[in-house]
Amino acid sequence: MEFNTAIGLGNYLTLAAILFTIGIFGIFLNRKNIIIILMSIELMLLAVNINLVAFSSFLGDIVGQVFALLVLTVAAGEAAIGLAILVVYFRNRGGIEVEDVSHMKG
Amino acid sequence: MTLASFAFYMFATVTVASALMVISARNPVHSVLFLILTFFNSAGIFLLLGAEFLALLLVIVYVGAVAVLFLFVVMMLDIDFVELNEGFLQYLPVGALVGLVLLTELIMVLGGSAIAPDMIAGGPKATTDEMTNAEALGLVLYTDYVFFFQTAGAILLVAMVGAIVLTLQKRDNPKRQSVAAQNARRRDESVEVVKVKPGQGL
Repeated sequence: MEFNTAIGLGNYLTLAAILFTIGIFGIFLNRKNIIIILMSIELMLLAVNINLVAFSSFLGDIVGQVFALLVLTVAAGEAAIGLAILVVYFRNRGGIEVEDVSHMKG
Repeated sequence: MTLASFAFYMFATVTVASALMVISARNPVHSVLFLILTFFNSAGIFLLLGAEFLALLLVIVYVGAVAVLFLFVVMMLDIDFVELNEGFLQYLPVGALVGLVLLTELIMVLGGSAIAPDMIAGGPKATTDEMTNAEALGLVLYTDYVFFFQTAGAILLVAMVGAIVLTLQKRDNPKRQSVAAQNARRRDESVEVVKVKPGQGL
């Protein structure tokens, strides 16, 4: 794979850092829409996955991809549970405003 | 610029641009569609890194399942999206500040730390000639990391049961098939022979 040496590990890590920042930014920006917040969390997990796979690939160690697989599993479970909570919350309150979520306690 | 670096910059540009559209699109349906585009291009990045199995897993699991789940929920909930986007500009300064601080920190970490040059020499080497990526992944996943693999399966099972328990609605009088009631029917209580006179009807 000598034709690929122009793109180093730093390029992939920078891409992952930018994606992670966009995820954080999305959480702060959309204070009202829980769906966008869930999608921002997915973006952050994707950035973590890119980091793991980049290190795994450049170090020649497959274990990083195993961890990326586990992160993928957890992200899928989190999305399913989060959306289920969202559906129940919408049924109870008729809206998904983030500010009212504290009403869920008790 | 070689083909591989061109592909990297194309995938990276589209990934970042569509990720920005995910958090800034007015309509959540568009957000989900841009999320799908982000995942497709990240799968391209994974392919460039030589992680073919994870790339295809990303397409199948995320685009095929998670993103469609998001799409279903967005379309199922009847939400007033105009009202939801009201506070968009209100939180822009604090969000931009936090994002800038975090990005600066991450870039300082990247620029300040040196990666051992002999460790990353030769570019991505996830795929070797003697073994495919999926084969190499399976060789460690089913032996050294089998406990983690089983735990991941248990997590998925718990997530599935939890989602069903949360969203299952109990109805008051559901119409279900009652085999006993069906078998207990007799002919004389369910069939009646009526003499109909011509031209009159019942």
